[in-house]
Order: sequence, then C-alpha cells, then structure tokens
Amino acid sequence: MSTTVSANPSDARTGLTLALPALMLFTGVVVIPLAMTVLLSFHDWGQYKGIEPVFILKNWIEIVSDPYYAEMFWRTFRVAVLATLITAVFGVPEAYILNRMQGPWKGLFLLIIIGPLLISVVARTLGWALLFGGNNGLVNKLLMTSGLIASPLRFMFTETGMVIALAHAMMPFMVLAVWTALQRLDPQVENAALSLGAGSFTVIRRIVLPQIMPGVLSGAIIVFSLSASAFATPAIIGGRRLKVAATLAYDEFLNTLNWPLGAAVAVLLLIALVLIVVGSNALIERRYQEMFR
Amino acid sequence: MSRNGPAALVFHTLFVVFMVAPIVVVCWVAFTPEGFLSIPTTNFSLRWFKALANYPEFVHAFAVSLWLGALSSCVALLFAVPAALALSRYQFRGRDALSALFLSPLMIPHVVLGIAFLRFFTSAGIGGTFLALVIAHVVVVFPFALRLTLAAATGMDRSVEMAAISLGADGWTMFRRVTLPAILPGIVSGWMLAFIQSFDDLTMTIFLATPGTETLPVRMFLYIQDNIDPLVTSVSASVIAITMTVLILLDRCYGLDRVLTAKGGDAGR
Repeated sequence: MSTTVSANPSDARTGLTLALPALMLFTGVVVIPLAMTVLLSFHDWGQYKGIEPVFILKNWIEIVSDPYYAEMFWRTFRVAVLATLITAVFGVPEAYILNRMQGPWKGLFLLIIIGPLLISVVARTLGWALLFGGNNGLVNKLLMTSGLIASPLRFMFTETGMVIALAHAMMPFMVLAVWTALQRLDPQVENAALSLGAGSFTVIRRIVLPQIMPGVLSGAIIVFSLSASAFATPAIIGGRRLKVAATLAYDEFLNTLNWPLGAAVAVLLLIALVLIVVGSNALIERRYQEMFR
Repeated sequence: MSRNGPAALVFHTLFVVFMVAPIVVVCWVAFTPEGFLSIPTTNFSLRWFKALANYPEFVHAFAVSLWLGALSSCVALLFAVPAALALSRYQFRGRDALSALFLSPLMIPHVVLGIAFLRFFTSAGIGGTFLALVIAHVVVVFPFALRLTLAAATGMDRSVEMAAISLGADGWTMFRRVTLPAILPGIVSGWMLAFIQSFDDLTMTIFLATPGTETLPVRMFLYIQDNIDPLVTSVSASVIAITMTVLILLDRCYGLDRVLTAKGGDAGR
C-alpha cells in the first residue's frame, strides 16, 4: 500500500474504500431525508385527514400569497442583517485590538471571547432573558442610572432584544474570521506605512482594512446564515408571537402538526440561504481574486 | 508591533463585559438563597443546586445528553478517521464533492436537518427512539470530528509511514503503530469538540426528542418556555461549568483557536 498522493488506480480504490462507510451514512441519512423533506412540502394536509401523499402546490402558493409569511421571512432577514452589522461594527475592531495584545493576555482574552461559542446557547440566551427581564431588568437599570434613557426600554419579546442576543451569540464567529485574516497580515507593511508618515487611523483605513476585508465578509456570511436560521434565541427572546422562519417551522411541525407546510417553510429557508451564501461567496472571490491565488 | 492605546483598552473592556455578562449573570443568580429570581449580594446558597436532585426529569435528561454525546462522538470518529485518511492520502475522482458532502451539515440549517430527520425516522419506524437520536447526532457532529482528524492527518510527517512500510510493516500495522499515534491528538480533540456540539445541540434535537429521550438542552428550553426560575439557572450554571472544563482541556491539549478556526472557518461555506 503506497501512501504517496498519486493518481494510481489501486490508490484511488483504497481511498474510495476508506471513504465508503461515511459516504453511505451520508447518502442514507442526509441526502435521502432532505429529498423526502422537499417532497413532503408538495403533499396535502388536513386537520382530520392528516398528510396526503399527493403532488400539489398548495403549501407553496399559501407561503407566496399569504402576507403573514412574507412578513415573517422579512423579519428573519432583517434581524439577521442587523445582527451581522453589529458583529461587524464591534467584532472587527475587537479582533484588531486582540491581535495587538501581548503574550498571555492575547490567549486569555481569545479564550474569553470565543469560548462562549461552545457554551450552550440555551444558557446564554437565558442570561439575556435575565438581563433584559421586564422593566426592572439589569440592562434597563444600568441605562437609567447612567442617564442614557429616561424610561425603561422593552427588550423581551421585541426584535431589538432578539438582535442583541443574536449578535452576542454570533460575535465569536466574526472575531474568529477577522482574527484569522489578521494572522496572515505582514506587520512590516503597517510599519512601512507608519515610517512613511501615515497616522494610525490612515494605516487602519488604507492598509489593514483592505487586506482583512475578505475575512470580514466571510465572517459576515457565517453570521448571517446562522442568524437567519437561529432557533433558540428568537424562540426565547421573541416569545410565542414574534416568529422567524425556524420557530415557525417548529410550530407547524410540533404544534399545528401541518408537516407539509412546515417542510415548505424550511425548504424555502434552505434555498434562500444557499442562494445568498453561494452568491456572496462568488462575489467575494471575484472581487478579491488576487488574494485567493 | 505597537501597543493598544487607552481608547482601545476601554473598548476592549466594554466588549469583554458584553461577552461575559449573560454567562456571569446566569451563574450568579444560580447561587441565590431566595425562592425567586434575584441577584444575591451578601448571602449565597447552594439551595437551587441541591433542589436539582428533586427534579428527576433534569437528572434523566442530563444522563441522556452525556450518553448521547459520548456515543455519537465515538461513532462519528469511526466513520471520520477512515474518511480523513482517504481525503488526505489519496487522489480520486469526486474527492472535492465528497468533502463538500461531509461538511454539509455545517451549512444546512439545523432546523432543516431536524425536520428532515423527523420525517425520515418516522417513516423508517424508529421515530422518537434513542437510536434515531444517535444517528442524527453522528451526522451533525461528523464535520467537527472530520476536520480535526483531517488537520492532524494532513499535518503529520508522511516519511515515517514510508519508513514503516519499507521496514516491512503491512498497511494495518502501519496504521496502528505509526499513523494512529501520530494523529491521536487530532482524534481526541475531534472527539471533545464533537461531544460539546452534541451536548449543546437544541435546534435539531428538539424535533426528535420525546419525553423519554429528552436531552438536557431540550428539557431546559421547554422549561424556560413555561417559566424562568432559579432552578433553571442552576441547571444552566452546571452546564456552563461542564463546558468550561472541556473547553480548558481542549485549549491545553490542542489550542482553542486552532480547534475553533477549523470549526468556524467553513461554517458558512
């Protein structure tokens, strides 16, 4: 058995054989269930008759024609875009500051900032629910004592609360993406600009930012797609009435039991996300072609 | 390299406060001696941690989560190690398509996966069983197990393998005595990251869990939907403590930024 990478036919066979168990698992448990879900979205459903395996466009027509769904998808999109913007506005400078820190501090703060990524999202969202909590919430108390606001703001069961909690949940992805891009930067270029008389603001704007832009954009794509399909945060902070795509699909499946309609919502979410992600990846790669060489 | 100015440090401090505030507040409230949600200042008590023993549904859900995480991470690695060797060692047609397929659970929203699994397992007649949960979790944690194993397999010195072969070892002996020990750190980190992902998953699992097979995040979520009280904060604080332990272990033995770059880097692609 040779271990060098070559196009030798027996090698190709060994490679395929090794990958075969995983391939079979994925075909059986990912590809087929997804195909079944797409099919399910064309089935009929009735309160008393249950799911009828026919091929009709009923669910799709309902989603397209009922303004309720348009509003819900628009909310999903709006919340995800705002969360993405917040992570970019705060995450990019933080990654830059983090990268300029010395020795042990760098490692410690990196752990503190990206560690939450691995902490249960239910626990983190519960934290925001406690901080927001009604008129006596900690955030409101803080804002009122500091004189920033006169009367308490509503965070629970509002889109504002949802956006803040989502931005917090997704922040590590943005910091990580920018951090990775900063690692590839040559510090000598910054020093060269400084020695040529550029101010530090000019260096950031003209030297650093253009070079890490692909990192920022790929971070934004990750944050956007995860925010648009988030479930726990919108469900806990948004409550039962403020629905986004994921929570609506959950409701259709486990409360209303209208599986075909829920499947249609989920499939539409998947298609929209794939189009947005693939489209923007292609745009980024074309725009920054020279950096990917 | 120049140092950060005072303005940058103020920004940094506020940022860190923002990041840790919700986590700190949950752990803090968990130590309240009161029967309602409050932030203890002078008296701290373990009353709500002790109260957990009287809620068998949380204890049971915790056991389900531990077993599910351990089992699905092990099974995922059984599939991921050969797949990682295939992807890192051999050239064959469709290799890129294969790796895209294997990483696809990162890109498909978990709500969609949950729905697809629910539909599939119900039709297959194993809906609501622990087996269905294990299979679903194997798929969802597979990309994490694969990426870290793949990084280790790509990074190892291939000439040691050649030396083993030239000294007369067969393929299996080479794998067992040379390749496996060399990629073991990647496998162990992959297992830990996979375990955390399984242990934390809510969005996909909530579609599959039934009262007997509820995992801890599902139980916590359903509890929070009804009411938020100190009990659920003590559950969350315990979960946070467990995750932090694994996190520090991961950081010590592999470097958290390496683990997470492998995690975050492809999530949106």
